[in-house]
Amino acid sequence: MIPAPFAYVRPTTIDEALQAVADGGEDVKIMAGGQSLIPVMRLRLAAPETVVDLGRVTELRGVRDDGDAIVIGAMTTHHDVLVDPLVAQHAPLIAEATETVADRQVRARGTFGGALAHADPAGDLPAVALALDAEFVVAGPGGARRTVPAADFFVDYLTTALGEGELLVEVRIPKLAGQWGMHYEKFTRVAQAWPIVAVAAVVRRENGAIAEARIGLTNMGPTPLRASAAEAALAGAAATPDGIAAAARSAAEGTSPSSDLNAQADYRQHLAQVLTRRAVTAAAGL
Amino acid sequence: MTMVEEPATTAPAREVGQSRKRKEDARLITGKTTWTDNMVLPGMLHLAVVRSPVAHAKIANVDVSAAQQAPGVIAVFTGRDFAEEQGSIPCAWPVTPDMVNPGHPSIAVEEVNHVGEAVAVIAARSKAAAMDAVELVDVDYDQLPVVLDMEAAVAEEADLCHDHVESNESFAFVFDAGEAGTGVDTEQVFADAEVVVSRRFVQQRLIPAFMEPRAVVVQPQGDNYTMWSSTQVPHILRLMLAMVTGTPEHKLRVIAPDVGGGFGGKLQVTPEEVISLLVAKRLGKPVKWAETRSESLMSAHHGRDQIQYIDIAADREGNVKGLRCRILSDMGAYLRLVSPGIPILGAFMYVGIYKFPAYRFECRGVFTNKTPTDAYRGAGRPEATFAIERIMDELAVELDMDPLELRRKNWIGAEEFPFTTAAGLEYDSGDYEGATQQALQLLGYDELREEQRRRRESNDPVQLGIGFSTFTEMCGLAPSRVLGSLSYGAGGWEHASIRMLPTGKVEVVTGSSAHGQGHETAWSQLVADELGVPFEDVEVLHGDTSISPRGLDTYGSRSLVVGGAAVVNAAAKVVAKARKVAAHLLEASEDDLEFANGSFAVRGTPGATKSIQEIALATFAAHDFPEGVEPSIDADATFDPVNFSFPHGTHVCAMEVDTETGRVEIRKYACVDDVGTIVNPLIVEGQVHGGLAQGIAQALYEEAVYDADGNLTTGTFVDYLVPSAADLPHFETGHTVHPAPGNPIGAKGIGEAGCIASTPAVVNAALDAVRHLGVSDIRMPLTPERVWRAIHQGGDGGDRATAGTNAYGGAQTETTAGVATDASALGGDR
Ligand SMILES: Cc1cc2nc3c(=O)[nH]c(=O)nc-3n(C[C@H](O)[C@H](O)[C@H](O)COP(=O)(O)OP(=O)(O)OC[C@H]3O[C@@H](n4cnc5c(N)ncnc54)[C@H](O)[C@@H]3O)c2cc1C
Repeated sequence: MIPAPFAYVRPTTIDEALQAVADGGEDVKIMAGGQSLIPVMRLRLAAPETVVDLGRVTELRGVRDDGDAIVIGAMTTHHDVLVDPLVAQHAPLIAEATETVADRQVRARGTFGGALAHADPAGDLPAVALALDAEFVVAGPGGARRTVPAADFFVDYLTTALGEGELLVEVRIPKLAGQWGMHYEKFTRVAQAWPIVAVAAVVRRENGAIAEARIGLTNMGPTPLRASAAEAALAGAAATPDGIAAAARSAAEGTSPSSDLNAQADYRQHLAQVLTRRAVTAAAGL
Repeated sequence: MTMVEEPATTAPAREVGQSRKRKEDARLITGKTTWTDNMVLPGMLHLAVVRSPVAHAKIANVDVSAAQQAPGVIAVFTGRDFAEEQGSIPCAWPVTPDMVNPGHPSIAVEEVNHVGEAVAVIAARSKAAAMDAVELVDVDYDQLPVVLDMEAAVAEEADLCHDHVESNESFAFVFDAGEAGTGVDTEQVFADAEVVVSRRFVQQRLIPAFMEPRAVVVQPQGDNYTMWSSTQVPHILRLMLAMVTGTPEHKLRVIAPDVGGGFGGKLQVTPEEVISLLVAKRLGKPVKWAETRSESLMSAHHGRDQIQYIDIAADREGNVKGLRCRILSDMGAYLRLVSPGIPILGAFMYVGIYKFPAYRFECRGVFTNKTPTDAYRGAGRPEATFAIERIMDELAVELDMDPLELRRKNWIGAEEFPFTTAAGLEYDSGDYEGATQQALQLLGYDELREEQRRRRESNDPVQLGIGFSTFTEMCGLAPSRVLGSLSYGAGGWEHASIRMLPTGKVEVVTGSSAHGQGHETAWSQLVADELGVPFEDVEVLHGDTSISPRGLDTYGSRSLVVGGAAVVNAAAKVVAKARKVAAHLLEASEDDLEFANGSFAVRGTPGATKSIQEIALATFAAHDFPEGVEPSIDADATFDPVNFSFPHGTHVCAMEVDTETGRVEIRKYACVDDVGTIVNPLIVEGQVHGGLAQGIAQALYEEAVYDADGNLTTGTFVDYLVPSAADLPHFETGHTVHPAPGNPIGAKGIGEAGCIASTPAVVNAALDAVRHLGVSDIRMPLTPERVWRAIHQGGDGGDRATAGTNAYGGAQTETTAGVATDASALGGDR
């Protein structure tokens, strides 16, 4: 299908981009890789007046080491995330999840920042960012910066803390100290698809026990969620199949998944438990 | 490397049987062809169709004024504008004398009966302008109750899908073997039976989902009209367009250029083809309509959608005694070209390969407010095969017998062919035991059974099951006499002609209309053997009613079996004509000539030869021609089969079921098909793979789902789940060969076999994995959720929630005109 008519701007710097957004009229949309935006425009579910394409804003691309964190530019493509050595070293969970996103063609265009800003509850990366306690660096009108913790970034279905005129610049992923293991467990019907439910697990082991676990849930509500009850149950639990299985039983507490063609809510809650057990088991290296 | 010359005396290898790479693929795969949507004609206008966002309503008003004034728009037409000339989309198969056909306007006039039905059409200078104007057409709908569920639709006091007909039933078709004289009395057999097993199976609604969306171009030239359409059936389309619109047949030319797949989905005379012709006529301008994928999923005809109530009777030893099938078949909102005939094509296949003494089939066609259904790969036969192969497994469970043993006990023995079944069909040839033995070996059956036992004993969360489908199908549609006896509106013959060009090259004109099958390659192989000319020297022409004036097109695994047979017969006539010329030129008697490898030789006179190419040139010149013989060796032939052909085979699936999540995964798949003589093994393998993919897709992935308002919520490929190669296992394939006696090639047809056979094998395998957990049925497709529910909550897995799974699933219908109600998918569950 053909989108409704729109104005198109292609800035080359963050400042120009912010200006373009400010000048774009009532209904302006930022475009990153376009992999989520263009389909909804083609189906005429969205008909923005102006599209601001960030494709040429080079300062938004790439991954850098910033001491206690790695920083991923919003416009870094899924492909570039996948092959990045810093990501592989400090946040392999992101690479593991990114590898399950769509197909090569989509990964060549779709971006890390776009996937997070889009905040699809079925998107793979929001729960990963949440489990890694990522921080979102946002630029507003005039260039002012603010940092939003992951826990506050995802507000509702397809809605983030990004305000009018703001754009996501980069995402800081804190480096982890100690013996951490990570795993992304994604459940789909076919090879290339959004998850029905997925679980991102980040686990620190100490002396045969699980010292700390951070668990992000995908598609278990309008936003990505932390499985807080399961995290609490895992803290200090024995790193054994039984210990993990017992804790995973509380993985769906506090979730409110939707019912759709893929799954009804009760089945999603069941899946969250099974997948949490599997994710934590793998992350704990068992 | 050693250089050994082939001895010159070796005859060239026969083409038939060789895995020739397909001639047509380079241009198809690289896009170096003109698809319908690529066509650009001077002054061409673009059409966009305004579609109903509601499933059932009276049209109170259509306001096109805003659209008419939109930039680039030339004209906007509603159903009223064409009410006089649009007629009804034809239904060529009245399966009973009193079948009810409510009539099917191409653009709705008074009433809409399904979401996606056309209510207006825009003609504009560009495609974008046409699409922009769609949103400006303002239609007032007075909504009516929506009929969606077939069982509710045929209950007392049901709401009506069409209020000008008396019920939601279109027809009630019965075949009773007792009455037909092909079996004993079914009711008596069931009354006397030691064991009766009854099941209700649901054949979910499917979408053909061909790769190339539909497209039409119409060019008016004076009072002549040329239509290019992405269709499987250019010849049928021309005839039907003439009848529907009153355009004289000889003033219409229909061209199916290269067509990107159909699977039955383009065996149709579509509203959009009629609309495009009417607009071109009205405006006197060339027009093009090309659909989007969402439009295609929503408005191109769907397939399957039956509820099957199956009863099987047997004795305690496992001898089957009778089969009774009662079918509800969803027609959707209207009858299209062969909608009612689809379940009836299955009527004769429910007995499968088994010797049932008694058989009764009843089918009711039911109207619902959904997209019409019609042919989809297999068309009636997958439904029949599923029912019989599933119920055989259920009977085996009831009798505590091995499912293969039960089949063996009842199937037709290799020595019993030809065999007339209780359904009255005469099966031609085969060996079910032979195919089964080979399939078991390919699968590694014994080891997998052993592993299944181990997993059961250890209570492994991942269980293993093995499922069978020992199937047959009727192909080569069809003997014209049989079609006549079933009230079908046309014959089943096929036509071919062969033109010998002066340079010795050969043009083959076929009435079959390839849309991805590889006819150009296979026909070239046939002709190369018959005429002894090089494969490369044969050009196959098709799909244009001016070039190939007679034909009945491609569907029902008929092209090679019927169309290929016509080609072979035409080639034989060419040789016969050439023989007269050769005899004259060689000054010999025709009886003394031998024709081999493309040359006539005089027996006993070495060196006295004339090649077919030399004769072609001599015929062109006609300088030295036999007295009283017309200077042409071209020939044509029309082949009308006397019987169907009956491919058969054994498909075995090994399935893993994760009992914790319900996820199923095919561990191994083996099949041995008997498709008679194989002309091109590579093409056959391709057809098997594609067919398996589609049959497995029915079992595991695909389902067209409507919400309570009648919105199609599987409206994009995000939710209408077509599997890719990554989701399918490696296929172990094999063949047995029992040539079909009914055609000169010996071929039986392979276009649908994989799709027909695989679905029950897959479902039987999944059930075999979890039957010990108390599961006896799971509804298709076997989504993880359904499998999990069946294991942990009993039942067949139940209905799915209807909401689309992400922001753009299932939402199209609400955007085209901005209509959303509380019960619709996005307003409701999300
Ligand atoms: C066929 C297909 C399959 C897919 N499968 C998956 C999958 O399995 N898993 C998965 O997680 N995703 C999947 N996706 C989505 C994919 O990951 C997208 O790349 C991603 O969701 C959006 O990234 P993008 O760069 O294309 O963003 P865009 O589509 O350009 O933008 C998405 C949204 O984010 C906003 N936005 C983008 N960048 C910024 C910014 N810097 N600041 C503020 N707002 C911004 C846009 O305005 C828009 O609203 C799939 C997509 C396709 C087409």
